[in-house]
Amino acid sequence: MCDMKFVTSETAWCPGCGNFNILEALRMALERLNKKPHEVLIVGGIGQAAKTPQYINANGFCGLHGRALPAAVAAKIANKDLTVIVNTGDGDSYGEGGNHFIHNVRRNVDITHFVHDNQIYGLTKGQASPTTGVGHVTSVQTAGTINEPLNPVLLAIALGAGFVARAFSGDKEHLASIMVEAIQYKGYALVDIFQPCVTFNRINTFQWYNSRVYKLDDSYDPTDRIKAMEKAMEWGDRIPIGVIYREEKPAYCDKIGFLKEGPPLVDMQVDMDKIKGYMKDFI
Amino acid sequence: MDYNILIGGAAGQGVETLSSVFEKMLKRNGYKIFSIRDYMSRIRGGHNFAQIRFADRDLCSHTEDLDGIIALNNETIDYHIDRLKPDGFLVCDLSVRYEDDRIIKLPLMNTARNIGNIRVSGSVALGAVMGLLGLSLDDAGEIYNQFFRPDIADINTTAVLEGSKFVQTRYDLHALEEEENILINGNQAVALGALAAGCKFYSAYPMTPSTSIMDYLASKMNDAEIVVEQAEDEIAAINMAIGASYAGVRAMTGTSGGGFSLMVEGLGLAGMLEVPLVIAEVQRPGPVTGFPTRTEQGDLKFIISASQGEFPRMVIALRTPEDAFYQTVRAFNIADKYQIPVILVSDQFLADSVTTVKPFDFDEVRHDRYISREVDERPYKRYKITPSGISPRVIPGKIPGVTVMVDSDEHDEYGYITESAEVRTNMVDKRMRKIELLKQELQEPWFVGEEDCEVLMLAWGSTWGPVAEAVSILNTEGDKKYGALVFGDVWPLPTGLLLNKCKKAKRIVNVEQNATGQLASLVAETTGILCDFSVLKYDGRPMSPRYITEKVRGMK
Repeated sequence: MCDMKFVTSETAWCPGCGNFNILEALRMALERLNKKPHEVLIVGGIGQAAKTPQYINANGFCGLHGRALPAAVAAKIANKDLTVIVNTGDGDSYGEGGNHFIHNVRRNVDITHFVHDNQIYGLTKGQASPTTGVGHVTSVQTAGTINEPLNPVLLAIALGAGFVARAFSGDKEHLASIMVEAIQYKGYALVDIFQPCVTFNRINTFQWYNSRVYKLDDSYDPTDRIKAMEKAMEWGDRIPIGVIYREEKPAYCDKIGFLKEGPPLVDMQVDMDKIKGYMKDFI
Repeated sequence: MDYNILIGGAAGQGVETLSSVFEKMLKRNGYKIFSIRDYMSRIRGGHNFAQIRFADRDLCSHTEDLDGIIALNNETIDYHIDRLKPDGFLVCDLSVRYEDDRIIKLPLMNTARNIGNIRVSGSVALGAVMGLLGLSLDDAGEIYNQFFRPDIADINTTAVLEGSKFVQTRYDLHALEEEENILINGNQAVALGALAAGCKFYSAYPMTPSTSIMDYLASKMNDAEIVVEQAEDEIAAINMAIGASYAGVRAMTGTSGGGFSLMVEGLGLAGMLEVPLVIAEVQRPGPVTGFPTRTEQGDLKFIISASQGEFPRMVIALRTPEDAFYQTVRAFNIADKYQIPVILVSDQFLADSVTTVKPFDFDEVRHDRYISREVDERPYKRYKITPSGISPRVIPGKIPGVTVMVDSDEHDEYGYITESAEVRTNMVDKRMRKIELLKQELQEPWFVGEEDCEVLMLAWGSTWGPVAEAVSILNTEGDKKYGALVFGDVWPLPTGLLLNKCKKAKRIVNVEQNATGQLASLVAETTGILCDFSVLKYDGRPMSPRYITEKVRGMK
């Protein structure tokens, strides 16, 4: 387990799960970026996707359901030398962790957020997720889901995210190339990844995605925010994958002088004489 | 000598600043101070006051009787004149229609208007009080400059000097030799303790009465190089602190009971991941919103048992600003040593009470990180089973080829998810062994009073001061011998001194700022000792020494 490869181990995923390709693409992306396992931190919440940190040789933090982002951004702030990647599901990211999703787009810490979006709750056995389509019948939504699905790509662009992409686990090479770009982006990068759930989602299957997704080509300009929002709303017979929006903006650690200029926070020394001097505030 | 002055007015009238200025003036004149803050949950209007007690000796509590009142509005007179001593004074504006021999009506508003700003009327009144007391205003200009920009400081200084001219000296006080003291409240002491401990990351969501910890840390963010991040909610706050701590920095969060309720799952996460974490829980009366700006000790049993499942934690109740400073430093060292969450329990009374204390001794501050720079076997076992239960801790990214895996699922020694019954049992045992070791370094409660006391009071945290003063008053009466144990470490509960003192005492009385006697319940659960009588208070206002003495004298 301790060689310099991001070797995978036995997983708790169903045979044929879309997660396998995401894991493989992640490994490919990290190797292409010449990262070493100890330089990378993979953070998950709870769920099947959130077990990703367990299956890759890197630092791993599997925290609470919905709370991967707060832990991940703080770890990055504490040690800016770490490459911090969140791998977790649509329920974790947009449901339980919806508030953190909103505010960490605003915070813009230099982390990458890969959402394994299978439009269903897998580990709890098939209930609707925030991205489940209207009419989708589940064990709880017995007459079909009546709530409108959340569009994470549109929401992220609206919130001001600087890197927003959509990808499909069925196209591993394309996914890996987007992952490379997302990890390299300086700031919060969201990649919403279509991930067929072979057990609980019989609507959004591999074939369903495969027949709809199309790759954005060079003619698409991802720097135009309004056009990007229009592109993000394309849904139905044709769904675009690729980098939907991209904008360079200062990341969190670049907006705080001592984080930008100094060593990683974890390596900073405590100046006791200076702190002792604060007692003059109380004289 | 021992004087007690109340400054009252509406929110927005500057009661807080005026009180802080007054405290600094008294301190510069060599007096020791204990003052409390009483404020409403609103931005403007209502009734806020500060009660500033000062003496030529150390003070540990507020008292009820007032020697003087500065009334910036009519409500201050309505609410407090009953507590004014017969020979006391009340300074207010000429326009006030209240009649009482003790009232000194002065042209506060007109004077302020003539100086150029109606808002300095409070400083005119303060000048009059300093004049009545016969104390020097030599440092007024310098003190005002600590609070205001120069032009505003100047007109306040003029106002305070003008005010002093309106009165004749009534109390023949004079400046004492100023000792090398600091004037600090409980929250500021926690914040300074965190900085001294080398805390590099503080994430919190604003919640009264804990917010001033974040305020002070934020004021030092760039200078002390500590990241202070206002989280989107308390769940984010604790999970951020855990993420930062995992990555190797000392991290802390702070809140009150409502926010702590939201943090509870995160508390369990720190316990399960064995990530060091310090949490300040500054209590206010609950449940839910309760009394947002007032005081209570209602969260003890919640804090010691919060979260599903079982894991070691430490809970330290803070008793004074000095205690708050040193215990905050200790909390970081214990959190690092045992890789556990440590919760510092304070309350609004301690958080906002300003006391003169000796400057903190930074030579006592140690940073014991217990971090391994190398591993003795690879792959690294983050949760290696050891006799002490403590596994060598490595910081992710710091040793090439070594990765650190942590998981909220039950996990094996490497941090990988397990479903094994045997591994589960071994891991629970490993974690719980740490608490046995921790028990060996618990601090016994503070004892005050007669060594062989017949009446033993049991208290915890911020009620230390009022209880200590009550014991002293009761012992001067001579009918019985009184003593008190006031706990700082409350979980695990140290029992040595408790068992010893309870053996000799005829009556055991728990004194607590809550309705159900939570310490008494914890003592009973831990030792089987039952209290004979309870002194409880849960109206949101801090208990005074008199409240305690009257209840204790009246017990059957």
